[in-house]
Amino acid sequence: MEVYLDNSATTRCFDEVSQLMHKVMCEDYGNPSSMHHKGVEAERYLRYAGETLAKILKVNEKEILFTSGGTESDNIALIGAAMANHRKGRHLITTAIEHPAILQPMAYLEKQGFQVTYLPVDREGRISLRDLERAMRPDTILVSIMHTNNEIGSIQPIGEAGALIRRINPGTLFHVDAVQGFGKFRIYPAKLHVDMLSVSAHKIHGPKGVGFLYIRDGAKVSPILYGGGQQKGMRSGTENVPGIAGLAKAAEMVYAHLDEDMDRLYGLRTMFIRGVEGIGQVRVNGCPDGEGAAHIVSLSVRGVRSEVLLHALEERGIYVSAGSACSSNKPQPSATLKAIGVEKDLLDSTIRFSFSVFTTKEEIQYTIQALSETIPMLRKYTRR
Amino acid sequence: MFTAFLIKYAEIGVKGKNRYLFENALVQQIKYALKKCDGEFAVRKTDGRIYVDAVSDFDYEETVAGLQKVFGISGVCPMVYVEDEGFEKLGDAVVSYIDRVYPDKDRSFKVAARRARKNYPLNSMEMNAELGGLILDAYPEMRVDVHKPDILLNVEVRDKIYIYSETIPGPGGMPIGTGGKAMLLLSGGIDSPVAGWMIAKRGVKIDAVYFHAPPYTSERAKQKVVDLARKIAAYTGPIYLHVINFTDIQLYIYDKCPHDELTIIMRRYMMRIAEQIAKETECLGLVTGESIGQVASQTMNSLMATNEVCELPVYRPLIAFDKMDIVAVSEKIDTYETSIQPYEDCCTIFVAKHPVTKPNLNIIRRHEHNLDEKIDELVRTALDTDEVIVVR
Repeated sequence: MEVYLDNSATTRCFDEVSQLMHKVMCEDYGNPSSMHHKGVEAERYLRYAGETLAKILKVNEKEILFTSGGTESDNIALIGAAMANHRKGRHLITTAIEHPAILQPMAYLEKQGFQVTYLPVDREGRISLRDLERAMRPDTILVSIMHTNNEIGSIQPIGEAGALIRRINPGTLFHVDAVQGFGKFRIYPAKLHVDMLSVSAHKIHGPKGVGFLYIRDGAKVSPILYGGGQQKGMRSGTENVPGIAGLAKAAEMVYAHLDEDMDRLYGLRTMFIRGVEGIGQVRVNGCPDGEGAAHIVSLSVRGVRSEVLLHALEERGIYVSAGSACSSNKPQPSATLKAIGVEKDLLDSTIRFSFSVFTTKEEIQYTIQALSETIPMLRKYTRR
Repeated sequence: MFTAFLIKYAEIGVKGKNRYLFENALVQQIKYALKKCDGEFAVRKTDGRIYVDAVSDFDYEETVAGLQKVFGISGVCPMVYVEDEGFEKLGDAVVSYIDRVYPDKDRSFKVAARRARKNYPLNSMEMNAELGGLILDAYPEMRVDVHKPDILLNVEVRDKIYIYSETIPGPGGMPIGTGGKAMLLLSGGIDSPVAGWMIAKRGVKIDAVYFHAPPYTSERAKQKVVDLARKIAAYTGPIYLHVINFTDIQLYIYDKCPHDELTIIMRRYMMRIAEQIAKETECLGLVTGESIGQVASQTMNSLMATNEVCELPVYRPLIAFDKMDIVAVSEKIDTYETSIQPYEDCCTIFVAKHPVTKPNLNIIRRHEHNLDEKIDELVRTALDTDEVIVVR
């Protein structure tokens, strides 16, 4: 039995998506900038994709910028906004549990002379609005807060944060990394006072190497790629037409029955957590059941190294992710797990299960069974 | 501009009646190495020398790099052929050779002419003097130094006239296949690939055994070992890599033996298994990357304890190397970057906080008897499930 529970790393592509992409690559393969019919045909896919995604977010299609994925979207949002607004101020705010695609550009901006405040999180992985309020300064040009955490599934109070930022400093841009949240929640940037929002296709059963950044009309952001002037000069480079078509198709399909799917995933998550709690000395990190994302469960298993558990599950056909860097030669524990206060000896014993619409009840039962057999066996053999 | 290479070999030259065997092996190895290079080549053995002639366009840098990986070659001299169309033409060719190879003319030189064809109108001394004069006429800033010249310009009159002056160093050693075959215990670390490379350099064909311990070691750790074997295979030709699943043996030792002796007993079983495969595949010895005192299992006492389980000789080329010297070789042969990838190997997963450094042989042997019930069967299963990967 193959059980793929690493959907926060990447997901299986929908068949409809890959079929559409094949058609675009082999039949409608024109360059959308070409003046002839083939180009017009290709451009149609871009227009359709923009409209589809805009409808899902309830925004204008002009506000959708296609990119190569989450990392590029985040880089444009942070570096592009910092470059465009550095005369207004040089202070940025983010959280301690962001994805490296946020933390690394922030580190780069720090080297360029910007100041960055990193908001702490509580044990459940949530920032406090009071911390955000205190961190806001007149020269704060950008706040970047992730929607759903990729390691523990905690969800930030995006709407409240957006309202707070708008109230304190209407000039401050608000960026949200929604790579893990898009396709799991209905997210409406305008209502949440969000100016920019990053999305990646391959987390929602689309292809790798494509995503988009929502940029509110009027938000000042500079491009970071220059060239042929595609997408109104905001992101030069021939558009990834098959990828963009696939992205839109995947989003359309995911949002078609989002509510039923999420209800079902919450049910599976609850069942899974109940099941593993019986094993003993196993702790669920982050939000309590019922809050947080439906598709992510982070477990700390005392006395078992995550890498070993990962490979033991792999032998039974179950694919998961180690919640933290785990090799003895690579002492870099996850910033998120440290930030929510996971004890030192559990950092290396943390493992992430992430579900998708393809995940079934049988797979969860099989996984619980595998864990109950494997964990006691592995606990017997440890470094003494 | 170069169209051929003169291959220099060091130690083979002093061989006696067996010399042709070594030369033939070297020709084989050169042909094998050239297969990976763009271009077509003819390798010929004449006048007690080996020449590589390019018979098509070829990639010079790639070819030199390929030849530099052939054990037995001490130097590679890029050569220019000139048809014998009179001395005047030869003079032009020599002057133009100097101009193209040495754009900076502020150097000393010496012409060393040699005649395999003694009916050439000029003798060697006359050729040296005439060609030297022509070079000086063309490039007055150059000067002659017959004792320590910067450039030693060889001009040899044979079927054609050969001109060469540069020697690119080769790896030295002996051609693969002239020294039998050995079984390398290959881990993912820095040392064992270097040890294998060093033994191979003496003309020894290498096969390897890797101990895999899923789920404690990952598929990437295994891939890393395959990658390392591939780096060595660039010098040695194909390597048969035996992957042995060691988990059950390791866990059984864990259950039955004192923890501080785990590593040493484990290593004794690795040696036993490696020797078994070595014997079955006609290897004449084992090779390890051990170096005295590097870790607990490599003290003199520990080495004695692991050594005694083997009948075959165990070659430990790094035995007196310091770590930094080993690292230097691994950088030279391009295994270092791969070796330092952070995947755990089976030696470190259960290692005790304080493993024994001076194991007592009698005690070790006694504790090994705790394993009597199942160990033979486990070893047999491990050998039966040996996965062989041919690494090229």
